Amino acid sequence: MKEEKYGSMSKKRAIGNAISYILLILISIIWLFPFFGLIMQSFRSYSSEYGGMVNYIIPKKFSLDNYRFLMSGETNYLLWYRNTVIIAVIVAILQTIIILCVSYALSRMRFKGRELLMRFWLILGMFPGFLTMICLYFLLKQFGLTQAGAVPGLILVYVASSGMGYYVCKGYFDTIPKALDEAARIDGATRARIFFEMIIPMSKPIIIYTALVAFMAPWCDYIFASYVAFGNDKSYNVAVAMTRWVWTNDYQGYFTRFCAGGILVAIPVTVLFMALQKYYVEGVTGGAVKG
Amino acid sequence: MAAKRKQKSQNIFEALGKDIAEIGTTFVQGDIKTKLSYIIFGIGPLLRGQIVKGLAYLAAELLFIWYMAGFGWKYLSKISTLGTVATQKVGRKTVYGDNSFMILLFGILTIIIIAAIILVWRMNIRENLTEEQLLKAGKTLPTNKRFLSSFLDENFDKTLLALPITGIFVFTVLPIIFMICVAFTNYDANHQSPTNLFTWVGLENFRSLFSFGSNGFAGTFLTVLSWTLIWAFFATFIDYFLGLAVAMLINKKGIKFKKLWRTILVLTIAVPQFVSLLYIMKMFANDGLVNAYLMKWGWITSPIPFWTDPTLAKITIVVVNIWIGIPYMMLIATGLLMNIPEDLYESARIDGANPFQMFWSITLPYMLFVTGPFLLTQFTGNLNNFNVIFLLTQGRPQSMKLTGNAGYTDLLVTWLYKMTVTDTNYKMAAVIGIMVFLVTAVVSLVVYNMLPSVRDEEGFQ
Repeated sequence: MKEEKYGSMSKKRAIGNAISYILLILISIIWLFPFFGLIMQSFRSYSSEYGGMVNYIIPKKFSLDNYRFLMSGETNYLLWYRNTVIIAVIVAILQTIIILCVSYALSRMRFKGRELLMRFWLILGMFPGFLTMICLYFLLKQFGLTQAGAVPGLILVYVASSGMGYYVCKGYFDTIPKALDEAARIDGATRARIFFEMIIPMSKPIIIYTALVAFMAPWCDYIFASYVAFGNDKSYNVAVAMTRWVWTNDYQGYFTRFCAGGILVAIPVTVLFMALQKYYVEGVTGGAVKG
Repeated sequence: MAAKRKQKSQNIFEALGKDIAEIGTTFVQGDIKTKLSYIIFGIGPLLRGQIVKGLAYLAAELLFIWYMAGFGWKYLSKISTLGTVATQKVGRKTVYGDNSFMILLFGILTIIIIAAIILVWRMNIRENLTEEQLLKAGKTLPTNKRFLSSFLDENFDKTLLALPITGIFVFTVLPIIFMICVAFTNYDANHQSPTNLFTWVGLENFRSLFSFGSNGFAGTFLTVLSWTLIWAFFATFIDYFLGLAVAMLINKKGIKFKKLWRTILVLTIAVPQFVSLLYIMKMFANDGLVNAYLMKWGWITSPIPFWTDPTLAKITIVVVNIWIGIPYMMLIATGLLMNIPEDLYESARIDGANPFQMFWSITLPYMLFVTGPFLLTQFTGNLNNFNVIFLLTQGRPQSMKLTGNAGYTDLLVTWLYKMTVTDTNYKMAAVIGIMVFLVTAVVSLVVYNMLPSVRDEEGFQ
């Protein structure tokens, strides 16, 4: 009796697992399909097949036409790519520094107006970001940081307001026991020394998380980048430049070129993300729980 | 609560009264150095040997005078009209008149700077008072070196926050105040500076937002607002529950290659959205892959209007957003699911609970409790989810029934963007921006007070 029951349970479990595997495989196919299509179409030969929309997914002839086109200098693709990399790297570095500073001050120090400041920033965050677009544009224009100077202008805008994104990092600092600080202070260490020599070396995961998030954001920024760089092809980033190829009807045959360009953008970002995935997961999970 | 608040506001007035009294008594009782400091900032500390502090105060005053004389006053004096001299063409030459935009922007800046200098003046008086008291008590004043090095120790917060706060002030606070003011002006395509002036119009723009006539925005506003709320609701909760389900599926005992499944899903987060979403947009287009294959197989004869039919477009967006949202939720849920004590399930199993009951009475309450704040941020994030909507439909399909270039899938934020970029209707963009803020703030406040983790923190344990 007992054995039979056990047998039926393991059977039940086996069926359950089989269903789970089928579901997981289905999910994987759905999730991977767009990437599969993207890769396939980027290899479609431009010279023998149409570069726009076609009704099949596997190209009849594989070729590197689209990639060659991007490298050929017929468009400013390499320049756009360089712009994006420059923006992403500098923003990642500066934004991380600023967020670390703000988080340390808010987590470790108690000063007059601290609560008020945090509440004020919370309220500021409820205003939509694009509301201020016009005003920022004219502000930047005063300093010549639009159109031709859009790259430094964009960096300035991204970095300037980054202090408000301190939540996850502060949450991490809050978990480092305060007793450590106090012990160090009794030994005569200044606040600055505690920050540089104790807290920062202990915060590798959160530093990587912050830098990774900051690095990835500029790759996708269309809205602000297009407004600041308005009409100046040379200071576009990849998102602004290539979105045109998909949206504007003048670029009918550019679809496969967009796919190729998209692949080249996605590869480094994806590789970096996958390599640092562990830290990302830690960061978002911690951030989600603490709000 | 109300009584508490009332007391708080009373305290503010009390504190203000005390403050003014202190300014008075410090002047009357103070020595000549202190009295001089009321006019020349920092002269007291300077004469008492506090060179660094004194110079800082003095510099602040000089800078303020220089700013007001050369720059600030020019704009501040015109802020009530926003300029009266229009730009004219004299012969071939353009003679520029007042620039309303600059007057408003720098007028606001000047007001804030005046407030700041009053604060500095107050600090300067307090500084004099403390110095006098210290000297009277026979103590020595801290050396200049000690004062400077305090910025690495007990005043380290000021060093750390100085730059971020300045950045946020210039690039966020000032522009937001400016745009709030724009909502009360007639700044639009016909009143573009520097060629044309714009001026204050009071509540005119808000009236047109809420009026239903041919020129009113109310019909469109309600359509867009209701879709924004519906979208945020579905995008948040569908993704939440499906993500949770997928996480549980992967975490299930006996499932192998957990890491592989997770990695496949996480790809969506890794690949920049403008690449993946634009590709998906094309996939569902009339001439896209999905329609092409369905027609090839003979399932349909004419393309399914995924993006051109209002209702279908809304559904497609929500579905595509599941593709984006599940992996994110899956990541968060995976970590949290492991935190649920295993013996809870064990005892439930002994009591004869089936998996569904266990989910309903253990997993779900725990998850909702822990991720309450996360759900709230997701919801407000989705209210302002520009990327997904804009990359997929740009708010289309458009309709003659809607004003201001709005389409049926426009959120308030994408509508705001169109108002700014396409219509250059800045005044209405500003009004909508304020509305977005109100919606976000109201939702946050209401939900925050409903959250179980806020309402009773001990409840779950």
